[in-house]
Amino acid sequence: MTTPKVYKTEAIVLKRMNLGEADRILTLYGPNLGKFRAVAKGVRRPKSKMGGHLELLTHSALMLARGKNLDIITQCQTIDSFLPLRGDLWRTTTALYAAELVDQFTAEHVENRPLYKLLLNTLLWLCEAQDVELTLRYFELKLLTHLGYKPQLHQCVGCNTPIEPTTNFFSSSDGGVLCPQCQGKEPLARPISVNALKVMRFLEKNEYPAASKLKLDAELSRELEQLMRHYIRYLLEREVRSVEFLDRLRRELR
Amino acid sequence: MSTFPLPAQPVARLIEELNKLPGIGPKTAQRLTYFLVRMPEKEARALAEAILAVKEKIILCSICHNITDCDPCLICCGEERDKTKICVVEEPLDILALERTREYTGLYHVLHGVISPMDGIGPDDLKLKELLKRVEDGGVEEVILATNPSLEGEATAMYIHRLLAPLGVRVTRLARGLPMGADLEYADEVTLTRALEGRQEI
Repeated sequence: MTTPKVYKTEAIVLKRMNLGEADRILTLYGPNLGKFRAVAKGVRRPKSKMGGHLELLTHSALMLARGKNLDIITQCQTIDSFLPLRGDLWRTTTALYAAELVDQFTAEHVENRPLYKLLLNTLLWLCEAQDVELTLRYFELKLLTHLGYKPQLHQCVGCNTPIEPTTNFFSSSDGGVLCPQCQGKEPLARPISVNALKVMRFLEKNEYPAASKLKLDAELSRELEQLMRHYIRYLLEREVRSVEFLDRLRRELR
Repeated sequence: MSTFPLPAQPVARLIEELNKLPGIGPKTAQRLTYFLVRMPEKEARALAEAILAVKEKIILCSICHNITDCDPCLICCGEERDKTKICVVEEPLDILALERTREYTGLYHVLHGVISPMDGIGPDDLKLKELLKRVEDGGVEEVILATNPSLEGEATAMYIHRLLAPLGVRVTRLARGLPMGADLEYADEVTLTRALEGRQEI
């Protein structure tokens, strides 16, 4: 079987890197290719026909030609540029965070259609979400689920008994909740309040339209963020870079 | 046991140094080195001095952070310059582009980068505090944000706008629209939306 010289796909731009005088290497995420990289020639010139269609966080239809090493983008057309996202610094930053998570958690050329759908929907949701942080928590939880890191929230990861409605403990290394009896086995486990556990279960079980109706107070929102951040950092074994700017913006906006 | 004949030590050192330059691989470095070895001494000295001069004489202007050989730079101490306007750009090269228009007569401020959360580049890595101080010191009526019209450039512009808003200075952004010689057919939605928003009477 011969592979065709040109092929079409749609993709979301996750990352860009300048190459040579006017070219760029893009990191893209597509429905059947997963994460892949491609070269966009001449996009940094003002007259480039592709420039605006290959901005960060743009959903584009692409035509690519097989190259020696990386494939080359020959045509592209924006499907959605998520305009409301671009006019708001806070939303832009949260979307960049989502893109960075996808980039860091995935390997190249591994198809993951649900994850692609999730990323696409998350960018749409972030355009108009009331509680952007809740959208991020939903995204994180579903991202981990699609990647096989779904946290165990109903039974204790230590003794498999059902979790009682009291302050339990979340263990990043075991990937789930520990009951107070088993907490001693995992000294690094962090306490998780009854409400936080309820919210996590609700987000995990429900689709976004229902999940987005939740109302969280600031304290609960913080607890969930810290919990997820800790778990994600444990899984990635490194910091997510955009978190620093996210925190800073939140401090300055409040 | 035979030892591998290595080039003489000064030659090896030069190869190693040239190899550090962007776009120069080990083979190019060797070729350049052997070219330099055969070069007349006068020319070699001129090249060496030119490199040293760049390092010794070129500094960042203490006001606008442009690269310059005198402090403050020629633009900052220009008599005919409009001192009430500051144009904020990402890189020193952007100043050259703006100067070529001969339209702008105000001052500049070079950020030396752009906010890029994914690369871990935040506000503290840019010359933002310095910009804030210039505006706080007074005499500035307008700050023109001329960062690139990319996602990061826009984010940086929005961030600076928020930073400067409490100071009561007029903050403007370069118009985003269609470049000369472009084709409407190939324009993207963001550019076209901005171009429509910024349309003008003719």
